[in-house]
Amino acid sequence: MTRLQPSRLAAGGTLIDRSRPLRFRFNGTEYEGHPGDTLASALIANGVRLVGRSFKYHRPRGIVSAGAEEPNAVVQLDGEDDEPNVRATTLPLREGLSARSVNCWPNVDFDLAAIIDRLSPLLPAGFYYKTFMGWPGGWSFYGPLVRRMAGLGIAPRRPDPRACEKRFHHCDVLVAGAGPAGLQAALATARGGARVMIADDGPAPGGMLLDGAAEIGGRPGAEWAAGVAAELDSLPNVVRLDRATVAGYYDHNLLTVVESAPRQPWIDERLWKVRARRVVLATGAAERPLVFADNDRPGVMLASAALACVCRYAVRPGARAVAVTNNNSTYRTVLELVEAGIEVPMLADVRARPPETLVAELAARGVELLRGHAVTGVAGVRAVKAARVAPPDRPAGGRRVACDLVLCSGGWSPRIHLHSQSGARPAYDSDHACFVPGDSVQAECSAGACNGAFGLRAALEQGWRAGTEACAALGFVPPAASVPSCADDLPLDVEPCWEIPSPRPRAKAFVDLANDVTAEDIRIAEQEGFRSVEHVKRYTTAGMGTDQGKLGNVNAIGILSEALSQAPGAVGTTSYRPPYTPVSFGVIAGKERGELVLPARRTALTGRIEEAGAVMFEAGAGYRRPSCFPRDGESEAEAIAREALACRTAAGMYDGSPLGKFELHGPDVAAFLNRVYANRWDDLAVGRGRFGWMLREDGRLLDDGITFRLGEDHWWTFAGTGAAGHVHRHLERLLQLVWPELKVYLTAVTSQWTNVCVCGPKARVVLEGAGAGASLAPDAFPFMAMREMTVAGIPARVARAGYTGELSFEVNVPARHGVRLWEALTEAGEPFGLTPVGSEASMVMRCEKGFVSAGFEGDGIVNPFDAGCGWAVDMDKGDFIGRRSLVRDRNVGGVRPNVVGLLPEDPSFVPPDGTPLVEAGAPADAPPVIGYVSQGCHSPNVGRAIALAVLDDGRRRIDGRIEIAGIGRRAPALVTRPCFVDPGGSRMRG
Amino acid sequence: MLVIPCPHCGPRNEDEFVCWSEVVPRPADPAALSDLEWTDYVYNHANPRGWVREQWWHEHGCRRWIIVERNTLTHEVARTEPAPR
Repeated sequence: MTRLQPSRLAAGGTLIDRSRPLRFRFNGTEYEGHPGDTLASALIANGVRLVGRSFKYHRPRGIVSAGAEEPNAVVQLDGEDDEPNVRATTLPLREGLSARSVNCWPNVDFDLAAIIDRLSPLLPAGFYYKTFMGWPGGWSFYGPLVRRMAGLGIAPRRPDPRACEKRFHHCDVLVAGAGPAGLQAALATARGGARVMIADDGPAPGGMLLDGAAEIGGRPGAEWAAGVAAELDSLPNVVRLDRATVAGYYDHNLLTVVESAPRQPWIDERLWKVRARRVVLATGAAERPLVFADNDRPGVMLASAALACVCRYAVRPGARAVAVTNNNSTYRTVLELVEAGIEVPMLADVRARPPETLVAELAARGVELLRGHAVTGVAGVRAVKAARVAPPDRPAGGRRVACDLVLCSGGWSPRIHLHSQSGARPAYDSDHACFVPGDSVQAECSAGACNGAFGLRAALEQGWRAGTEACAALGFVPPAASVPSCADDLPLDVEPCWEIPSPRPRAKAFVDLANDVTAEDIRIAEQEGFRSVEHVKRYTTAGMGTDQGKLGNVNAIGILSEALSQAPGAVGTTSYRPPYTPVSFGVIAGKERGELVLPARRTALTGRIEEAGAVMFEAGAGYRRPSCFPRDGESEAEAIAREALACRTAAGMYDGSPLGKFELHGPDVAAFLNRVYANRWDDLAVGRGRFGWMLREDGRLLDDGITFRLGEDHWWTFAGTGAAGHVHRHLERLLQLVWPELKVYLTAVTSQWTNVCVCGPKARVVLEGAGAGASLAPDAFPFMAMREMTVAGIPARVARAGYTGELSFEVNVPARHGVRLWEALTEAGEPFGLTPVGSEASMVMRCEKGFVSAGFEGDGIVNPFDAGCGWAVDMDKGDFIGRRSLVRDRNVGGVRPNVVGLLPEDPSFVPPDGTPLVEAGAPADAPPVIGYVSQGCHSPNVGRAIALAVLDDGRRRIDGRIEIAGIGRRAPALVTRPCFVDPGGSRMRG
Repeated sequence: MLVIPCPHCGPRNEDEFVCWSEVVPRPADPAALSDLEWTDYVYNHANPRGWVREQWWHEHGCRRWIIVERNTLTHEVARTEPAPR
């Protein structure tokens, strides 16, 4: 059932369109609002006061602010939207919107956990630290229970349905905020010819001009703002964004802007990453609440928020208001609310002598002024019923005034968040009782209220000056002065008032509404020895809620400064960190979702491999590679075993294209390779190749692979798929920075070549069947040689290598011929049982051969001698990268880890990679670890489980026994030489 | 994100680059160093709070190694140089 809008004013509301109703639901009840409303203003229009329960004490809460500062009206969106922790004060109303309160059960009116509020004397600051950390079971047991009681919304379970995107932007000047100062700054820089971006989080330009009767150049301020915006929109060098929050300020003037309603209807949200040569911050100031007993009751509101409700949305947050202030700004606010039809019987001003002109204006409208008085408490739990107005030194005295709204103003806090995020330190301005921007550390300046210049004229002047100064700094000619006329500014005359004494000792006076932190909590923290504002923040959690202390921080600092008997400036602020307001994961991800999270690299053959039914996995360097090719009805394990068997009995074929490939040219390549590999290269004959270990300077394995000499000064080197990037960086660094005198050209050619490896006893006949342009006979084409020849009519570089320990031909052809090669080999291999092979089978075969891999045994400790590859190290050839560290290993001595083989006694037990090894018969409890399993598999060729391991002093333990200490299982195993198949290597050399 | 003025490509975002380490010349004759001197070269860098000269690789650009003078405290980049020839 749709209800009327009882609190909608008959006239006014600059942002709403009364001609069209919008229906929405809140806590299951259907209501009506208008386009232009926020959820908060529509709720106020419908007389909804109670919108949520508080974080810790489950106290009833109402709407406090009219913008991003809102700590209470944080709601969960239902249905399609499915979004937690949305601020109702900034959420545009739309047809069918459905939202509900958070942190209450069964509902917001009757919340069972509200009992916590009664127990609250037991729950002071640090309660959770003090209580649960020491109890048996500790936080791991109580944490989940406490979290269920606290916390806010529920994380969505489905993917974000919205279309989000990211966009990069470069500009001369970024202006944050489109109030009077920001508009002036943008106008000056735009007229000067600079490329300008101006972003404002509001629905329309104007900032505070939307909320009042201020006139500029003889017309309403909002009209002036719209005129400036129109001029900016007409200029080609300006990008102007509404509903766009400048959320983060990072190094070197990189800023992020979250645009929540882009003009393109197919984009729901956009993240701009803006690099600006200069930044003008014109983000305005936020009104501060006053801290008094029960200042969190629904109906206690910022005076400026009530004004925004009336001016923007024509809604009345209450019928009868008592106002309380410590500065001049509230007088005009009260007068405008009275004008709009809200009864304001009384204004309490904590100051003894407010300006007489204001006093007279108030008297003329029949508002009673109580000087030297404050609101010391309110009556009512789910809604304010009355306010106690008393002198602060006699808080229980004074008068009880019936009202349903308490408007408060504790002064104004410049929004210095972006300034602070830029790395600058804010300074304390004792004249205005607030923190203001300090010295800039990046190319930015602040103008207007965010610079502590409270007043329209000051904003217009400072904005223009910031704009012209930006022009001059960037080399643009500043335009002729243009500051429109307006009324003289009224000084703020704020009198610091961090806390109003309470008439009742146990009453709660909230500093941080979002996290339920009271003034007493701050004092407790101080008494317990927390003196730094950063420590007090973390101990009390003040400023750590969803509003990140936008409302409460300065009051918390003020109360702490009084407790410490220091000036607020000496206490200082906590660091403001990005983002200014929460940013959705959806917009951070943008289009990088699903398949596009990590775009996969494809080889020329990936399509064929997928068609062949391969199981694909994410391999190194962004490639998706086949793990195996199961046939109908075959399990993956069966397929892996069949493929590994086929390679040793017939022939297998796999796509080795992802292997890193580098061409090296130049007279000094041999000398270079001598310095980067552990073995010798200058004696390698043309047409031959060699296996090499490439070490880091610490003597550990960077990569291993084979390199061939194609000509006197022309070499081809292969790197592991995952290591190719590191190898490239390493070699280029050495060539460019360490040995620039070496004449070597290095070119990465990984994706230029398709590499197909045909291996197995039938490899030679398969290749001959496909048509080899030269003899493949062992004497003509020996092991570790490379020949340029045609294969199936395609020009190819064919290498005889031994990746699997079988007779192998690695056929490299230009990638554009890759598919033709694959098809020709498939056809030629059919009569010989050639089977496509995935990475798993090739790893099985490498494990059978005891071939170490950078990814398994290259653990940062094992050196080539430890790995049994001492034959690949030439310590006498001169210096090479890593040599000195190998010498040091030898000098230091001691027990070294060695790579060994393991045969588990249970032939079916395949130990997982990384399983620790212990001495046979070691005690069950915390035995010393003497090594680990580096790779293990079921070997179809050996017919049992086998493993490789890195084992302390492993070579001396060969033929001995150790135990594999798996989870819940001790498996005895025999230590063997790390080779289970063809130890002499006759197969691959044949 | 820093802006690094590549001496070959102009100002580019930090994420085009790989930061390697401080500029520490490789000893001409490692065999002449004691174990202690050698491990000092390999493992112990000054890691200063303030200005540092570093080797960076413009991987997603010209793939040239450059020298970057950077302040670890303020994140200023004072200047960059091509690799010395």
